[in-house]
Amino acid sequence: MYGFLISIGVVLLIMVIGMVYRIQTLISVAKGSDKKIATTSNKTNAILFMVFLIGCGAWMVYYSVVEFDNYQLPIASEHGVVTDQLFWITMAVTGFIFILTHILLFWFSYHYQYKENKRAAFYPDNNKLEIIWTLVPAVVLTVLVISGWKAWSDITSPAPENAHVVEIMGYQFAWDVRYPGADQQLGDYDYRLTTATNSRGIDFTDKNSFDDFPSQNVVIPKGEPVLFNIRARDVLHSVFAPHMRLKMDAVPGMPTRFWFTPNKTTEEMRAELGDEEFEFEIACTEICGAGHFSMRKVIKVVEPEEYRKWFAEQTPFIKSNPDLVADLPVELKELAEIYINEE
Amino acid sequence: MAVANVSAHDAASTHDEHDHEHHDNFITKYIFSTDHKMIAKQYLVSGIFWAFIGGFLSVLFRLQLGFPDMDMSFLRPILGGWIDASGKLDPTFYLALVTMHGTIMVFFVLTAGLSGTFSNFLIPLQIGARDMASGFMNMLSYWFFFISGVIMFASLFLEKGPAGGGWVVYPPLSALEQAIPGSGLGMTLWLTAMVFFIASSLMGGINYISTVINLRTKGMSFSRLPLTIWAFFLTAVIGLLSFPVLFSAALLLVFDRSFGTSFYLSDIYIGGEALPNTGGSAVLYQHLFWFLGHPEVYIVLLPALGITSEVIATNSRKPIFGYKAMIISMLGITILSFVVWAHHMFVSGMNPFLGSIFMFLTLIIAVPSAVKVFNYLTTLWRGNLRFTPGMLFSIGLVSFFISGGLTGIFLGNSAIDIQLHDTYFVVAHFHLVMGAASFFGMLAGVYHWFPKMFGRMMDDKLGYVHFWLTFVGVYLVFFPMHYIGIAGFPRRYYSWTNFSFADMYTDLNMFVSVAAIVTFFAQFIFVFNFFYSMYKGRKASANPWQSNTLEWTTPVEPGHGNWPGEIPTVYRWPYDYSKPGSEADFIPQTVPLSATPESNLPHEAKLVQLEKEIMEEDEAMLVGNESKES
Repeated sequence: MYGFLISIGVVLLIMVIGMVYRIQTLISVAKGSDKKIATTSNKTNAILFMVFLIGCGAWMVYYSVVEFDNYQLPIASEHGVVTDQLFWITMAVTGFIFILTHILLFWFSYHYQYKENKRAAFYPDNNKLEIIWTLVPAVVLTVLVISGWKAWSDITSPAPENAHVVEIMGYQFAWDVRYPGADQQLGDYDYRLTTATNSRGIDFTDKNSFDDFPSQNVVIPKGEPVLFNIRARDVLHSVFAPHMRLKMDAVPGMPTRFWFTPNKTTEEMRAELGDEEFEFEIACTEICGAGHFSMRKVIKVVEPEEYRKWFAEQTPFIKSNPDLVADLPVELKELAEIYINEE
Repeated sequence: MAVANVSAHDAASTHDEHDHEHHDNFITKYIFSTDHKMIAKQYLVSGIFWAFIGGFLSVLFRLQLGFPDMDMSFLRPILGGWIDASGKLDPTFYLALVTMHGTIMVFFVLTAGLSGTFSNFLIPLQIGARDMASGFMNMLSYWFFFISGVIMFASLFLEKGPAGGGWVVYPPLSALEQAIPGSGLGMTLWLTAMVFFIASSLMGGINYISTVINLRTKGMSFSRLPLTIWAFFLTAVIGLLSFPVLFSAALLLVFDRSFGTSFYLSDIYIGGEALPNTGGSAVLYQHLFWFLGHPEVYIVLLPALGITSEVIATNSRKPIFGYKAMIISMLGITILSFVVWAHHMFVSGMNPFLGSIFMFLTLIIAVPSAVKVFNYLTTLWRGNLRFTPGMLFSIGLVSFFISGGLTGIFLGNSAIDIQLHDTYFVVAHFHLVMGAASFFGMLAGVYHWFPKMFGRMMDDKLGYVHFWLTFVGVYLVFFPMHYIGIAGFPRRYYSWTNFSFADMYTDLNMFVSVAAIVTFFAQFIFVFNFFYSMYKGRKASANPWQSNTLEWTTPVEPGHGNWPGEIPTVYRWPYDYSKPGSEADFIPQTVPLSATPESNLPHEAKLVQLEKEIMEEDEAMLVGNESKES
């Protein structure tokens, strides 16, 4: 009953507003003021542009400063320092232009609002001005492009020989990690060999695979180059490690890679942020299905000694699951047995 | 051009013109119309319909993102099974929502609704033509679009949901039903709808191009075309060259999906089995898609910029600054738009060398865009600004174009893009620069040309309220997304709580959602204003904005053939506003230079003699024709 009464009230209110509005329109038509251009509305709109400029401009500056530590993720890789620097240089340049052009846009709107006795300037062109504001952006952009290009070629250059290789394979909806073992060589794989026990489709007829081992997390040493070999098993995925400023798509049928040098251990980052729970994470940034938002993997960055110790302690696939090599030819199997029986 | 030579003095032939309009019945007038103005209105109403569907879908997923813990059971009457027993939105359906929102907004609203409406409406009216080059093909263009819309709409109601692989529908996700349910029938319908849509766009585009080239009235040289027409013309050229590539991409995808080919598929193990496909390349699809996809950005943006140029010049009472520079920059954008596509793919795994090339090319395209912005600003400078709703939306467009354009400089830089790719920074960028900017161009156009479309004025005050709510609303929705994006939040995420780096900003996301919902509902003010004014609005005068272009020389409600009698001749460019020496602050294009000796510039004074000779020749020819006829 109350709902009914309230809705009647609302309807009546809207009708009253509508009537008042209609009457005002009729009055303005009767007075002939609807033909006028320099109306209160024109002035109000002009003023609102200034209000918007000052109000929202101040809000933006305030929020950007106060929230800085919140939205600026800490950096944990060497190239991340470079790309972030580029980001903030670009921000300075574009931020300046953003503020300048907006001040002009809204100031002009306010200042040159319609006046009865005024006439606009007839100013159709000025080639000198056009050339200036073609060349200046061109030069500024060239500088930005060249610095970006340099960073990009460094980042995408071939990984150093001594880079620690980690294979990351995306599938719906998780990541599988594989390390090459003591020989530093990842064994071949073929997607047709994928089974429940061999989820990565590793080809165990390749000797290099004998010492390959899986890992729950991505473990990498601080200060040494790391190469991610990235692939996907079903659909596109994308490896995104936000703190490392790292992103590369995982494409079925086309292995990709990304190398980088982490420059902070997880422990160091925890101390820096005062957050004991902190972990570096990998997320997926290429839409891949219902679980797209849940493909989390933890990256543990540790000191090099700790890394080597950890690396030596890992158990190869075939050791924890000897069935994987059960069907191999005799000579290969003998070789595999060595790994399996190794202590 | 027999019609054009009919004398205006000849009352009998003028009467003929009107005569065959009486033969129109409801169906030929409102449904299967070949009149460009009616087709434009059909496109406009369809565009508005789709904008509401697309906007509504975004409200649904904003509810999920802003209020992840909300009980959405109240949506069950419309969403049915997509709300699960505990009142949560289904994650697959969430992806379908973002996919359909993107597809609808990009193609149905900002391509068909914008280009379709204003190219159809304005090209014949502003160049001085009776209709499009092919009225029949124009009608087909609309009805192909309509069929496309029906198919896409139907896909929303499928049991397994519509396509859900993102609006870019990258394979293998879009090719394999095992990967996501929407890649079944939903995707089939998506592809079918797109084929019809592409056919529609091509027929429209061919018409626009041939009309602009062939049917300009006497004196309407390319250097006297309003910038709107330049924009529509170049847009049609871009569409004609790029849509076929999307068609080929879609066709190969159809083959992969249904006929066992491996254009895009390779080495896939899914649903417990290894697929036989090898040798395909998922990246190939991305190249083909973005070869359309990037020019598409300009297909939606250029018409909006054209409309803005016209509206800003008219309401500043000033010539657009740098008319030639505006044309050259649009030409530059047109050409460059074809060679920047791979900046969407910096981290797709393509050769990094290509990344370098595309970074250079991408940042070059920022130059003509910058020139356009500076020209708009200079047009406002020392103007005498009338804030009609159309003008407000045009100024809003310039603001969005700046804000969204500048963030493009970050994303076009491949080194910076590594971090920002597929985060909310990108979402903020393109929603401002192509979404909101084009949308504002469209609204500016509707407010500005409504009197010509329906012979009545839209209500100004409601227009102001609509503008301020939408302008502020759009910024409140998309500006915070920059922060969220810099913080690394990936897009197309159902929720971010799985990640500690993204387990924050729930307040900001809630804020964005509230702003989005308010902005969405503010659009109903527009719809009310639109339909109410259509029947009850104040009667418009012939030239309510005191504009120079040709469409305002037609009767208040132009009939079939646009001008009763002869098509006017054009003697000057369309931007003679506030010309020194002239009494009025505008001189329409149809006023001969010889009639305005007081305001002619030196080089125009020289043209007067030439103009007189041509007019005498015309007169002689008309007299000759008349005597022959009698």
